[in-house]
Amino acid sequence: MEEKKKLWKHIKAWVDGEEVILDADKYIITRSKKVKKDWRRQFSVETIKGNTKLYGFLSVAISALFIGIMLSVVNDLPEFGNPSNPVDNEVMERYLESGIEETGAVNFVAGMILDYRAFDTFAEANVLFLAVMSVVLLLKKDKQNYSEKEERENREDDFFDENEKRPILKIGGKILAPLIILYGIYVVLNGHLSPGGGFSGGTIIGAGLILYASAYGQKKMQTFFTFRTFTLICVGGLLTYCACKSYSFFTGANHVGFEIPKGIPGNILSAGFILPLNICVGLIVACTMYGFYALFTKGDI
Amino acid sequence: MEHINWIHNIPFFSIFLAMLCGIITALVKNGKVAFKIHSTMVFIVFIMSVILLLSVVKNNEIFTFMMGHFPAPWGNELRAGPLEALMAVTFSLVMLLTVSGGAEFVFKDVVEEKQSLYFIMLNALFGSMLALVYTNDIFTAYVFIEVNTIASCALIMAKGTPQSMVGTTHYLVISLLGSGLFLLGLCILYSITGHLLFPQMKEAILEIIKTDQYRLPLLVVTGFMFIGIAIKSALFPFHSMLPGAYLAAIPTSSGILSGLVLKSYIILGIKLIYCVFSAEVMHTLKITEVLFVFGLAGMVMGSVYAIRERKMKRMLAYSSVAQIGYIYMGIGMGSRVGMTAACFHILAHAITKTLLFLCCGSFVENSGGKEKIYHMRGAALRNPLAGIGYTVGALSMIGVPLLAGFISKIYFATASVYSSGKMAAVLIVLGVSMVLNALYFLPSVIAIWTPEKGKENKPNFSVSPLFAVSIVGFVILNFVLGIFYRPITRIIQMSIELLAQ
Repeated sequence: MEEKKKLWKHIKAWVDGEEVILDADKYIITRSKKVKKDWRRQFSVETIKGNTKLYGFLSVAISALFIGIMLSVVNDLPEFGNPSNPVDNEVMERYLESGIEETGAVNFVAGMILDYRAFDTFAEANVLFLAVMSVVLLLKKDKQNYSEKEERENREDDFFDENEKRPILKIGGKILAPLIILYGIYVVLNGHLSPGGGFSGGTIIGAGLILYASAYGQKKMQTFFTFRTFTLICVGGLLTYCACKSYSFFTGANHVGFEIPKGIPGNILSAGFILPLNICVGLIVACTMYGFYALFTKGDI
Repeated sequence: MEHINWIHNIPFFSIFLAMLCGIITALVKNGKVAFKIHSTMVFIVFIMSVILLLSVVKNNEIFTFMMGHFPAPWGNELRAGPLEALMAVTFSLVMLLTVSGGAEFVFKDVVEEKQSLYFIMLNALFGSMLALVYTNDIFTAYVFIEVNTIASCALIMAKGTPQSMVGTTHYLVISLLGSGLFLLGLCILYSITGHLLFPQMKEAILEIIKTDQYRLPLLVVTGFMFIGIAIKSALFPFHSMLPGAYLAAIPTSSGILSGLVLKSYIILGIKLIYCVFSAEVMHTLKITEVLFVFGLAGMVMGSVYAIRERKMKRMLAYSSVAQIGYIYMGIGMGSRVGMTAACFHILAHAITKTLLFLCCGSFVENSGGKEKIYHMRGAALRNPLAGIGYTVGALSMIGVPLLAGFISKIYFATASVYSSGKMAAVLIVLGVSMVLNALYFLPSVIAIWTPEKGKENKPNFSVSPLFAVSIVGFVILNFVLGIFYRPITRIIQMSIELLAQ
């Protein structure tokens, strides 16, 4: 009888959406202790001890299974470089044979990613932009993620940047950073003529900026590269990309004509939109690289 | 310029408009302005998609749109038919209603200087969902999956609380696992077919099945791709990222993530089934059977988890898991009727779950920020409009006649008759799952309408007009889908016939 009453109580409480409390006395005792619950479940090796063996076994088993599957698939895949592979079809043929003629780019890769399949690259540039914007959303200082301690550390860093000598880094940075940036610009501008392009050149420029920033400190960087310039460059680059590609998609798909002249392959001013697109991508990538560095170290650009 | 077919340009315009608005919003400092830009953009896309839908239904056609100067196997392509257009209409409508109804949560929960960043992510997310719906190229699909993942993680963490960081990390790790599997499958598929566009891939795969060469890689690829999509769309054993993320996020984000983002991956999966792997190959490789079993398991287990849950948002998240199970069950039936039911359920769940999340956000707000159902007693009396919305949504999820959820369940039951050997399983699990749905939705409905003892429950009619419009809109949509469902199912049937050609 007692049991039945308990069950009925249980169901009634549950239908009402209440928390079911069966052993009220015990509950009150435990509750009065007021264990402060931390939202971070503190995982330590001790607490998951019961499952470590199972987890260990499962992870090894799943990895072994995956490795087995992958190896057997690789065994069955077409041999690398074999001329009768499915990959060597009319797609590859046209890219290689009439790529220069159709895109005007001597670098086939540039022709492929910025002309044949430019839509994918547009999305890829957007991925970079969104990634850096997410980091801004996460790390940029505001009243919610502001702490006195971090602020003090940042001030100390700034002090050291100004007053410490660090001659090797500073002189090295002074000489190397312009060269690196110059080389990056070269790689970007020659993207349609030689290996390289917006993505690789942009990374090199970003590396130069990071070297300069780590030698001379964020303060000095901010004399010419603030958050405002950062947004303007990123948005400007993406908007130019968007405008160029909208134009060429629209005219191409609707067969309107008005094609951009391709120029003589091999000249620096050739290959239609590929040069400006490479510059846009390069700018976005450079800003993104430097932006990540600045946001992760100081929480501000 | 008379030969330009403007209607065929609509998919391209909608995707680029959404991405363009995302880029421009970076220049806007004020969240209110960003919100206006976003809603205008979604509204324009909605109008364009309606025009597209009317046109493709009238002409009974699927067309491809060349992105650039180069035709199919060399350049990118978009493709639109009735299914794509219908999904674009639904996505834009639900997005419009959710964001306008949930704008106040955004302005309240997100730090002021970061509100415009939130809208950048919304714009990009919308663009990527449209691209996933319209794409005819598997690599474009992958790139937009990346955009989608980053944007959805940003939407979860926008609140900035430690809890939301934990939720985001969990979501990010599991999502990346899904993207990684998809990319792996894509690479192997490219090396055995040599193409990236859907129609050419389909031909190559049929050739593989005929010659029996590369049979094992094909099987593994199909497995990887569909496991990837299943992880992304939170099919049952891969659902663990949902509850934490939805609990910690702003209600607007949770609504969009569960109502639309999960669905965009399923649409991609449906397109892959018909346009790349073809229904027969899926059947010979037994992938549909696997999806069917996991769908059934998800229907039951999602509901069981939801019953155990005491926090309303987590309960809704588990309910999403169950509903995703329904959709996969429909896909797994392997018949066109089953697919029709699954597509209809995508629409029904999109409009219902967003409504539930918005109402739930309002309850949490007027119960003093407490998440448990126990603390929400009388919440509906304090905000009757949200209460009515929640009740309608819950009844629709349970499957009460006149509401959208009922129709999809009827269609699932009917579809089971056409797939031999699966009828008993479908009917039994459908019945069990409906009872379980009722078991967790009804107590919460009772709880919110029960007045709290010893407290005054003054009804508060001063809800913001946008919130009211959105809730009323969703309720009306629910009834419309539940009563005048014929034209919509006819469009879906037609589009599946066209896709399967």
